[in-house]
Amino acid sequence: MKFTARVWKFGDNINTDLILPIQAFYLTPPEQARLVFHANRPGWVDLVQPGDILVGGKNFGMGSSRPAARSLRNLGLGCLIAESINGLFFRNCVNFAFPAMECRGVCDAFAEGDIAEVDFDACSVRNLASGQSLPAIGLPPKLLALLKAGGIYPLLEKEGLIAPHPHSP
Amino acid sequence: MGMTIAEKILAKKSGLAKVGPGDLVTAEVDTVILFDNNFMPSQWRDVLKLKDPQRVIVVLDHRVPAATQASAGAHRTAREFVKKFNIPRFHDLGYYQGISHQLVADHGYALPGTVLLCSDSHTCSAGVFNCIARGVGAPDMMLAATKGETWFRVGETVRYELEGALPIAVTMKDAFLRIAGQYGDHATMNVEYGGPGAAGLSINARKTLTTMSAELSAEFATFEPDPVMLDWVRARNPAPFEAFYPDADAHYADVRRVDLSRLQPLVAFPDTVIENSRPVAEAAGTPIDQAFVGSCANGTIDDLELVARVVEGRRVASSVRFIVTPASQNVYREAARRGIVNTLLEAGAVVTPATCGACGGGHMGVLGANETCITATTRNFKGRMGDPSARIYMGSPATVAASAIRGAITDPCEFLN
Repeated sequence: MKFTARVWKFGDNINTDLILPIQAFYLTPPEQARLVFHANRPGWVDLVQPGDILVGGKNFGMGSSRPAARSLRNLGLGCLIAESINGLFFRNCVNFAFPAMECRGVCDAFAEGDIAEVDFDACSVRNLASGQSLPAIGLPPKLLALLKAGGIYPLLEKEGLIAPHPHSP
Repeated sequence: MGMTIAEKILAKKSGLAKVGPGDLVTAEVDTVILFDNNFMPSQWRDVLKLKDPQRVIVVLDHRVPAATQASAGAHRTAREFVKKFNIPRFHDLGYYQGISHQLVADHGYALPGTVLLCSDSHTCSAGVFNCIARGVGAPDMMLAATKGETWFRVGETVRYELEGALPIAVTMKDAFLRIAGQYGDHATMNVEYGGPGAAGLSINARKTLTTMSAELSAEFATFEPDPVMLDWVRARNPAPFEAFYPDADAHYADVRRVDLSRLQPLVAFPDTVIENSRPVAEAAGTPIDQAFVGSCANGTIDDLELVARVVEGRRVASSVRFIVTPASQNVYREAARRGIVNTLLEAGAVVTPATCGACGGGHMGVLGANETCITATTRNFKGRMGDPSARIYMGSPATVAASAIRGAITDPCEFLN
């Protein structure tokens, strides 16, 4: 699983309330995605191109269990690379199938707008502008497989445990 | 090398002799708590089969009574789900209403040595009962409800040794603010609390610390068992259980001592609690529009009693809206029996029904543009309680109550010493 795309940079301690504000709770998942970073970076969602890569600082996704990772996925972002990822947020990334990996030094290695090449199987992150390459902390094989399979919902649908959903929320 | 409390419970529930940091385990889940947000159309997936309805608890807590037509719809979906699967433990509006994490304490739902999941981030609250409890996402809930298991990454553990006794006007909220202020986040790590100072703390006081451990981004927060906790659980739940102590040679990423007797009232300044705590004096005099006490962190009978001691015989400043939200109707009833509710009402506070309410910015105390609030709840993120331009300070219930009386942030020592 590989991504090559433009980088958007965000800092340390980016929280779930910024990604999925409370005002969006009763909206549909596609509508929720339009409100990502509405409080701290209004208008940003209009600049994002499909496949773009989010680079974050420490403890990315701190906060609540709300499906914030799904909003990043629905916004069309390709993946998240952060110095460190909050444990609860990481669960949602894997379980909602939004690729996310930790990589120490990633913030210093990228300026916004650089092109990143991220390889989830080789656990590597490369800056195509500078040529710098960094090792990432790979996912355990079982979790990478779960992520590639589309997360938990398709698995449970296949086993007949939950009903299929037209929009796969 | 021995194991910490979290490692021992994870090993047992995964059928392994030993687990350690870096392991990925699949563990049995004993208790699954679904709440109203799970039943919103944007999140709910129609369940066809449950692993075991006896292991599922359904709670309406985030917006109760229904705040909007949308929340009323989620409540209706929840009631239909409860009926369809004949879920025995259902907390609807009424006698058994409350915030899920408080209900866990009220009813002894979290048995020591077990695994409890809920898709609210403050589920680590139940770690006070020596269990593995954490907030997870909606897909996790579906996995646990239908298959009775989920995956966990095992993290390192930081041990906190509590020593001494809290001074007057200082609470475990201040102890938390000290830990968050001094050590920052604990992302990907577990926290374990124990030490000689724990024995003198009520379950409610300890629970403030485990609940707030979500704000440290801890994976699991666990308290070492002691007779106070074991008696609490046995008095509320007859089911057998096995409590876990850490091994004498358990490996910790760090062991940190917190001398409770040396703490002072603190406030976190707006937007985060991480490395953002300062003595109340540094914020003193900041005018406030709203003061709020409640949530799974500070809606216990201890918290309400402390507020009553501060406001008794006084009146809330005319410029301040003082909102108090008990964490469960059970707590509310106890507060009424003890005369606490009357004291609060006479002081001019508004006491709401038990709900998450204003803590999550959902209803019953949402903040407007440029307003300032001091809150004894869980979280002070930008926009958390309403308009993103609002400023949210966080302190103990005593600090919030003192501030409500003065109309500006105030050190509670002036009222309690």
